[in-house]
Amino acid sequence: MNRRIEDTPGLNGGDYPVIATRLDAAINWIRKNSCWPQPMGLACCAIELMAAGAARFDISRFGAEVMRFSPRQADCMIVAGTCTYKMSGVVKRVWDQMATPKWCIAMGACASTGGMYRSYSVLQGIDHLIPVDVYISGCPPRPEALLEGFMAIQRKIEHSKGFSALKSPHPAPVEAEALAGPIIIRGE
Amino acid sequence: MTASSHDLLVADAASRAHEAWCPEAAGDDRMIINLGPQHPSTHGVLRVVLELEGEQITRLWPDIGFLHRGDEKIAENMTYQQFLPYTDRLDYLAPMANNVSYAYAVEKLLGVEVPPRCHYIRVICCELSRIASHLLGLGCYAMDVGAMTVFLYTMREREKIMDLFERLSGARYTSSYTRIGGLANDLTPDFIPGVRAFLADLPAAVDEIDGLLTRNRIFVDRTRDVGVLSREQAIDLGVTGPNLRASGVDWDLRKAHPYSAYGDFEFAVPLGSAGDCYDRFLVRMEEVRQSRNILLQAIDRLPAGPWHVDDGKVFLPPKADVLTKMEPLIHQFMLVTEGINAPPGEIYFSAENPKGELGFTIVSKGGGVPHRLKIRAPSFVNLQALSLLSVGHLLSDMTAILGSLDFVMGECDR
Amino acid sequence: MNTPEAIQLLKSRFGDAVTEHPVFRDEQGVSLPRERISEACRLLKTEAGFNVLTDLAGVDNADAVPRFEVHYLLYSLSARCRLRLVVGVPSEDPVVDTVSDVWATANWHEREAFDMFGLQFRGHPDLRRILMWDGYSHHPLRKDFPVAGLPASLPATAEDAGAVESAPMAGGPFVSATGTRSSPRREPRSFETAAARDRAVTDPDRKEEI
Repeated sequence: MNRRIEDTPGLNGGDYPVIATRLDAAINWIRKNSCWPQPMGLACCAIELMAAGAARFDISRFGAEVMRFSPRQADCMIVAGTCTYKMSGVVKRVWDQMATPKWCIAMGACASTGGMYRSYSVLQGIDHLIPVDVYISGCPPRPEALLEGFMAIQRKIEHSKGFSALKSPHPAPVEAEALAGPIIIRGE
Repeated sequence: MTASSHDLLVADAASRAHEAWCPEAAGDDRMIINLGPQHPSTHGVLRVVLELEGEQITRLWPDIGFLHRGDEKIAENMTYQQFLPYTDRLDYLAPMANNVSYAYAVEKLLGVEVPPRCHYIRVICCELSRIASHLLGLGCYAMDVGAMTVFLYTMREREKIMDLFERLSGARYTSSYTRIGGLANDLTPDFIPGVRAFLADLPAAVDEIDGLLTRNRIFVDRTRDVGVLSREQAIDLGVTGPNLRASGVDWDLRKAHPYSAYGDFEFAVPLGSAGDCYDRFLVRMEEVRQSRNILLQAIDRLPAGPWHVDDGKVFLPPKADVLTKMEPLIHQFMLVTEGINAPPGEIYFSAENPKGELGFTIVSKGGGVPHRLKIRAPSFVNLQALSLLSVGHLLSDMTAILGSLDFVMGECDR
Repeated sequence: MNTPEAIQLLKSRFGDAVTEHPVFRDEQGVSLPRERISEACRLLKTEAGFNVLTDLAGVDNADAVPRFEVHYLLYSLSARCRLRLVVGVPSEDPVVDTVSDVWATANWHEREAFDMFGLQFRGHPDLRRILMWDGYSHHPLRKDFPVAGLPASLPATAEDAGAVESAPMAGGPFVSATGTRSSPRREPRSFETAAARDRAVTDPDRKEEI
């Protein structure tokens, strides 16, 4: 039915305030405040990830307490722990199954560069495998550092071209140059 | 092959690929399903290949090694002291306890005895780690079985322990606080009062968890008579720790072969009778209470005195001496460049870790680097019991059994 | 039965084949020929009460003969005592009998020894790799295998995950070799330069960068 929005009772800016904004900004705001992590918890960093999800550090403040283990339902993969070569195929497959737009946090030294495990079985950093948006150093990083990293992802989302990101493959294009490449967070 | 099994066989490439191992299909209505390695309830990166008949498990094969980081090979290329941080990351739920076990193993090889204060502080660290590990284990177990609240409550208590560790060593978690021949630093002034405050709150927290789970109809239904491990099976499989004691075997390394200062303390060792998941849960809960007992005794009777051996060939001398005197300077130089000069020989030392018996076999040919360091990981051995425990149960019992075994893949795969 | 009595039992059954090690830090071990290990383990379990196999470890002694050793750490719950059995395994025929029919726990330990050293356990029900993936082509804990690893192929399911490369070691590991006391090779401490210096010492005509 062709009813104009101004004619709808109650929508004259009085009882039901309507916020007019750019579609991009609205989509980005929604997206950044409900960024569901895919916790690829591999090793010790996973415990600090769990601590970040628990009551004290409360990742729920960021809309991210919904840790979705299914990649189909997740936005941001947090690789927490050492990725061995045996596990690398699994990590890659789960990443590929995530729908765009998607982001990746390399949590901890092992996920960033292989950490202190310079050995025959450890992948020296998951960026050999998947594109990383935020690196968080630390062994393990404090939960606050993970939250800092998560906030960096939120900044990236906020400045991304929200609507066009629906159609483009990863990485979603960002407007600000400073946020274009990977961000590095100090973890301790 | 019937049409139904054919449809199911094409499902998961990970269990079908010719190089990723997959068992031979039985050829009837049974389906082969892949669980993990990325799964919420596998407690780390564990892959389990299940053969199901309807919902009942007929066969099961655990596939491990997804966290194999090459610790034992790395140990052959590091001095004893340099390897200490790697031991933190074995059982990463109780890092301090692994450090202590490793330090005692190397000290046994060297023939060095640390002073009593150091023994007591190590006991305090081990028991706090035990409480932290059991709390997390119980919390995750309850969460897997459906009781999410318990997880948050146990994490709350665990955060208090993390704070204590941070005040003591600087790191919340993987602290590497122990050193060969001593500790990184003496107790900080606020540590003991902090432990007392924590122990004062602990009974209420444990009672809360007890009240939520122990007589909870759903929890009991999901865990009683599930995953029964008999005495003989447990001994034959080399299972240790709370899993063994839940099956009724009265064996705890702290009592059987008292090491560190455990001979000085009075505590009980909880035993189960049925060997099912419920018993394993109860044993762990009671161990938390007994750890509290030990901690109260330890902090009351903590001796004063040195906290490290006074041997420049084993323990780094104080920095002020290194910068002003010749002999400490040489000792510092030798320890840092060459490591501790161990005698040739072979030893085995094991400690009662929260997961079970964590043992180190060190084969030394002399010098500062071990020739072979074998880590006897309790989770590696305990996980072998999984196929025995799960066959005949339903798929949903798998999560209860996995949680009750309380293993850690960092330790299992090393 | 405690450890010295168990050793006596072994000696009475196997005679000179059993060699007792000197006691070191209150630990007792014996060496056995590898043909006898299955029988010895069964004997110790049934008659001496060693009902727990605590650990089973492989050791690579590089240049020694026999090259490999397998260490069995036995424990008796009733007598609360330990015993170590050591079996030598030559590198040209790295086979030893399984003990997984004596203690069920030996199953995975033997799979790990096979994975890490290439030791074959005759009679093992399911001898395949456990920590590395099935198509992996090396045995990592052998002394001739570098800690950084060697290139290898990943399983077919992970073909888009790239390939296995050696880890970057930047000249390390920076420790002196095992077995040396005050090592004249301390400076520089890199294995590669130390090995190069050794080669120069043994073959002075060889021109090589140290």
